[in-house]
Amino acid sequence: MTASLDPALTAKLRILADAAKYDASCASSGAPKRAAGKGGLGSTTGAGICHSYTPDGRCVSLLKILLTNYCLFDCAYCINRRSSNVPRARFSVREVVDLTLAFYKRNYIEGLFLSSGIIRSPDYTMEQMMLVAKSLRQDHGFAGYIHLKAIPEANPWLIEQAGLWADRLSINLELPNETSLARLAPEKQAPAISAAMGQMQQRIVEAKAERRRFSPSGQSTQIIVGADATDDAAVLAKSAALYGDFKLRRIYYSAYSPHQAVSAALPAKPPPLQRENRLYQADWLLRYYGFTATEIAAGGEGGMLDLEIDPKLAWALKNRGQFPVDVNQAPREMLLRVPGLGARAVEKIIAARRFSRLRLADVARLSSGLKRMLPFLITEDHRPAQTDRLDLRQRLAVQPSLF
Amino acid sequence: MQTRIALAPGADLPGFRAAVRGLVARGVKPREVLWETGASLFGAAPPQDGPAFSLPRAAAELIGLVICHRDPARHALLYEMIWRLRHGEPHLLEMRHDKLTHRLEMLAKAVRRDLHKMHAFVRFRRVEDAQGERFLAWFEPDHHILEATSGFFVNRFRSLVWSILTPEGTLHWDGTRLEIGPPGQRGDVPERDEVESGWLDYYQSIFNPARLNTAMMQKEMPRKYWRNLPEARLIPELVAQAPARVEEMIARAAAMSAKRDPQKAVAAMAAQTPTTLAALNRIITASPPFLAGSTRAVLGEGVMQPAIAFIGEQPGDEEDAQGRCFVGPAGQLLDAMLARAGIDRAECYITNAVKHFKFEQRGKNRLHQSPTTGEIKHYRWWLLKELELVRPRLVVALGASAALAVGGQPVCVTQARGPAQLGDWPAFVTTHPSYLLRLPDEQARRAAEAAFLQDLRAVRRLAQTHA
Repeated sequence: MTASLDPALTAKLRILADAAKYDASCASSGAPKRAAGKGGLGSTTGAGICHSYTPDGRCVSLLKILLTNYCLFDCAYCINRRSSNVPRARFSVREVVDLTLAFYKRNYIEGLFLSSGIIRSPDYTMEQMMLVAKSLRQDHGFAGYIHLKAIPEANPWLIEQAGLWADRLSINLELPNETSLARLAPEKQAPAISAAMGQMQQRIVEAKAERRRFSPSGQSTQIIVGADATDDAAVLAKSAALYGDFKLRRIYYSAYSPHQAVSAALPAKPPPLQRENRLYQADWLLRYYGFTATEIAAGGEGGMLDLEIDPKLAWALKNRGQFPVDVNQAPREMLLRVPGLGARAVEKIIAARRFSRLRLADVARLSSGLKRMLPFLITEDHRPAQTDRLDLRQRLAVQPSLF
Repeated sequence: MQTRIALAPGADLPGFRAAVRGLVARGVKPREVLWETGASLFGAAPPQDGPAFSLPRAAAELIGLVICHRDPARHALLYEMIWRLRHGEPHLLEMRHDKLTHRLEMLAKAVRRDLHKMHAFVRFRRVEDAQGERFLAWFEPDHHILEATSGFFVNRFRSLVWSILTPEGTLHWDGTRLEIGPPGQRGDVPERDEVESGWLDYYQSIFNPARLNTAMMQKEMPRKYWRNLPEARLIPELVAQAPARVEEMIARAAAMSAKRDPQKAVAAMAAQTPTTLAALNRIITASPPFLAGSTRAVLGEGVMQPAIAFIGEQPGDEEDAQGRCFVGPAGQLLDAMLARAGIDRAECYITNAVKHFKFEQRGKNRLHQSPTTGEIKHYRWWLLKELELVRPRLVVALGASAALAVGGQPVCVTQARGPAQLGDWPAFVTTHPSYLLRLPDEQARRAAEAAFLQDLRAVRRLAQTHA
């Protein structure tokens, strides 16, 4: 490379990074640990690394760009739809490969997250994306992280090929139900999306059993929240089904934003960002805390999660009969339901209580959420008197600090 | 009586280990030890070695991390932990509520975070001169983690020549060997890098001004790191301009394009799926093999809309060399049997479930290896498309791999042998001719041949009824 990047290339980079920023996923985690071989470049650590943070509080882990933002699809919620007014650009395969390597060598990124608008055809587009991943791996011995956004409308064999080179494949569900998808994304089809997710799931399982490489870090998806009338209960039911049927690693929730040059088919007001945050918390409860989607939804009102308090606390307040819980005796499943008590803290409690009866000060050393758990927890030296207090909700509703 | 121990500054793990071995051997209690670090210590005993002893793995890990912490109390705390582990409290580290365990865990957590942030926030700048290409970085860690972090950077940037300079020392990797050198200076790293402006472009473009949340950003990327992060100098401006940019986004949203709708291109998109066998074959030929090593994709051959399509498993050594299916020993046997059954191969279609040769190299020989279920399924989409385009009246699956490929479900050939429905296809399941070649016993072979011949005759009759 010369003294600085070609201005034409950086102009494209600005357009195609800007166009990619509405995809919430960015994680570089879950890949099997890998180190660069002789003459090779790159490694994966398992946990992933956030190399920077932008002032929106989001992590910059991967070079997240589109191959092109030209698109033949016309999805109402997407800034890159064909009827949108944004400036367009297109990278060549080579340009993406070179940029990824140049950024990686300077330790700016963990790898590449490549998505694309649909040009010519879904097959053609998928193939171009696959070629980027293949060139990085084969021509440059690149062992860093690669996440490809698979195009469900592409022929199955192209997705199969992409999985050979990528650490993670994902297909965006975008809208949680078929009716909304048909109305807002006319070129997309819900059955094609499910079929592609099912296909990837099968390949991932087979490859694992046969010790071959196929999207080893699994698949993830994104659901846009607030662009249609789907309530939180339905979103969570959908998520639970996706985690169950397709063993997805992650579901990303992206609050729909009317700032993205959206079409008139969509509401003019964005949903509160707090809604997105609550959905992430609820998602965590689904995956790591043994809650069902129905239980979580029941903590809110009318199918929507409580925006003022987190969904675990909301559930506990509506199920006060099940509290207080004795930290020295309760089974793991019940400890996991105590507000303020995280999954890791629960494991520490279970290990520690084999050796001594835990007191409040002990619990304070095991978890940082002591204040919130006080009304729900019995320790050797503490028995809450206030579990039934009517103003408990007000006392515990801390001002949200995230937004 | 106090025992004074002098250790080298920083993370002196060898010194600490030697000292602890000596102290343990002499039964010195924790409160009798005075730990000191630094060069200007008078009267302090140099570390004394003693016999090695074993510790729980968790303790060794904790020591490795805490020793890097800059807290001067770290050695005393660690020695107290070791003492208690050896004096009636073997489960000390599982008791995370214990004050000492808790404190050590907090120190370890701080070091882990420091390591993680160093992995994340080191920024290399490229230099090219007479010595070739090198990547240089300046970083200021909070703790003594320089050595502990080296494995990460070596594993990641093995093929590059790089140096990371810090106020405590320098890591230098020349492509094969790691060297730890004296402290560096910020000025030793160049001011510029040719790609850095591209990184800054990326950083500001990926930021979404409609979601400003600087508290979250600072929680994960505290200000103390900013001076060594090139992108951080953009932050004040990005924050200040955010409201105006949101206004602009809204205005842009309102101004809808009058662009012509590309109806033709949208309609053409639907025509991506190959509609001829030739088009499909072009795709198969151009695709890299799922199974590394094979020379080429071996395509199916024969007539379109035939009475019968035979599906084999995969090309063999001979097929891979010639690029045609069923030309090796199994193919020759199949030809002979087809002739005896009264089937004209020239009027059939013949192909394989898997299009590439999978083998194990043994000396000069390439020994056939059966494809796995997953591999067969990788190729399945092509086979199904191929069948859809060829449109045979009857599909004959030669062996279990072929049956799995056509039907999508595992099939036991001995049980399913005979007419079957495989997926959408009226089919017939029989053995693969190579099975006959592998039978060592002459009598068994003749019986299997007879059965195979009988199957082929049944196939011929069945194909006629499907006509």
